[in-house]
Amino acid sequence: MSKGNFEIYPKLTKIRFIQEFVKNKELFLMILPPSIFILINNYIPMFGIVIAFQNYNYEDRFFSPWIGFKNFEFLFKSDNAWIITRNTIGYNLVFIVLGLIIALSTAIVLNELRNRILAKFYQSVIFLPYFLSWVVVAYLVYSILSPDGLYNKSLIKIIHLAPIDWYTTPKFWTFIIPIVHIWKTIGYSIVIYLAGISGINQEYYEAAVLDGANKIQQTKSITIPFLIPLMIITTIMAVGNIFRTDFGLFYQIPMQQGLLKPTTDVLDTYIYNALITSGDFGMASAAGFYQSIVGFIFVLFANWVVGKVSKENKIF
Amino acid sequence: MSNKYKKATLSINSIKRKTNVIFNLLFSIYCILCLSPLMLILVVSITDEESLISNGYTFFPTKISFTAYRYLLLNYEKILRAYGVTIFVCIVGTFISVLLTLLFAYPISRKSFRYRNVFSFYIFFTMLFNGGLVPWYILYTQYLNLDDSPAALIVPPLVSAFNVLVVKTYLSMNLPDAIIESARIDGAGEFRIFYKIVIPLSVPVIATIGLFSVLMYWNDWYLCLLFIHDPKYYNVQYTMYQVLRSIEFLTSSQASSVGEASNELLKVPGETLRMAMAIIGVGPIVFAYPFFQKYFIKGLTLGAIK
Repeated sequence: MSKGNFEIYPKLTKIRFIQEFVKNKELFLMILPPSIFILINNYIPMFGIVIAFQNYNYEDRFFSPWIGFKNFEFLFKSDNAWIITRNTIGYNLVFIVLGLIIALSTAIVLNELRNRILAKFYQSVIFLPYFLSWVVVAYLVYSILSPDGLYNKSLIKIIHLAPIDWYTTPKFWTFIIPIVHIWKTIGYSIVIYLAGISGINQEYYEAAVLDGANKIQQTKSITIPFLIPLMIITTIMAVGNIFRTDFGLFYQIPMQQGLLKPTTDVLDTYIYNALITSGDFGMASAAGFYQSIVGFIFVLFANWVVGKVSKENKIF
Repeated sequence: MSNKYKKATLSINSIKRKTNVIFNLLFSIYCILCLSPLMLILVVSITDEESLISNGYTFFPTKISFTAYRYLLLNYEKILRAYGVTIFVCIVGTFISVLLTLLFAYPISRKSFRYRNVFSFYIFFTMLFNGGLVPWYILYTQYLNLDDSPAALIVPPLVSAFNVLVVKTYLSMNLPDAIIESARIDGAGEFRIFYKIVIPLSVPVIATIGLFSVLMYWNDWYLCLLFIHDPKYYNVQYTMYQVLRSIEFLTSSQASSVGEASNELLKVPGETLRMAMAIIGVGPIVFAYPFFQKYFIKGLTLGAIK
């Protein structure tokens, strides 16, 4: 029965619901505990974003007095709103472009290596950093960049360079952050692309060989075209998440150095610091509202674009 | 014969030997870049503190010493406690998480469950939109009062939409409706079917999301950062974070506990101690990595298929 009929007979839907409930009451009972959990953990905070329009206090909590757009005025009057928006979107764009190019090319080359055992070994090693926590990665970066670290004490002796105080010089971090991000996460994307490549039917390559196509031609005309849907999906999903960042990367790696904020402060770290360090609920909730709503618009936009490109890959 | 044929085409259709050598060289260099930072902290942790101060961090220390590890052994309570917290959270959290995930994923994989699409969207929507940190934090600290309790480290990530979708995909591909129907005809209730048929048949996917969950809990420091102020509930990662911020976290109680018994040890090996702590924290993951990585990749590709 189509949806239209339910609208005409609202009573019928009610009866159907009760029938369904009686028939599958054990299934309903099963799904109840996780559903309640999701309701509390995910859905209640969604409604909680309205505190961005309130003057938060500890007694009224979610029912604090309304103050309209005051919190937003404070947020957008400062330079911070621009800086954190620029950093969040800028870094994410760099991550998307670099990640796509590096992961795709690495996966293609890895797939072509003659020695399969070595190829597996390389893949495993490249994937390893993905499993280290950001705290561990912060240690690793610190061991290289700290005043006594590998760069300032050992490397500059070998290749005569000037010592650099990395943790107080913001300009270097526009490079350090993407390098660390790629280093830690690229193994994950490579696995996805390798899975995509292994899904390509070998017969295409065999036919190409018979036609005398070389490796580069095969890659151009078979491998990459077959991977395009995967590339589009991962890229658009990443665009949908362009307002979200990995908190650990921006919180742990610069080790919360205030001087580095112009190039390392993003929405997530800003909200965290406003909430926990300064206890400024107004500013934090305004920035959080901004992140949630604009982020959601990006998600809807990305999904709309997928719908335009290829209907079957539309997410919802 | 087809195998022979495949081999033949493979050897014809391979990259040139020269190109192969160059690519292997590039990959070797990148692999060294992946492993060398870990190597560096391992070497620093066994470097003598004084030679470290004069030479800085280097792969080739002039003098080797295990003072940092001896120091950690003397001061084992905090580390052991942190390990206890992490292991407890990993076990309890993973068990509850897997159970809740199955309880959600199984009904929405059943075609006879009319509202499966409604519930699918109910969980999927949490991936698209969220209320952000502030209301969530207020909920946990002011309404549920979970801060400064081990529950704060376990509860928040219990049900993840990604895991539910992985299990749902697996079940709808590997659990034929015919089995369920025949069990129903034999008079089995849904809970009995769940326990006797669904769980045994989904062991591979349970292993997968169990692994995801263990790794997530093991590497967590964020929940500790947000909710835990009492050092007795610090987990391993958060202890490492505290040590990175200031070495005093480990050495504060040192003077009184060691006393005059070992004067030589009272000189705190600061930097090497830090790196020894990092090694102790990262060790289990690195050692377990060769064993779990292929299962992780399997689970990942399962989830990515959709």
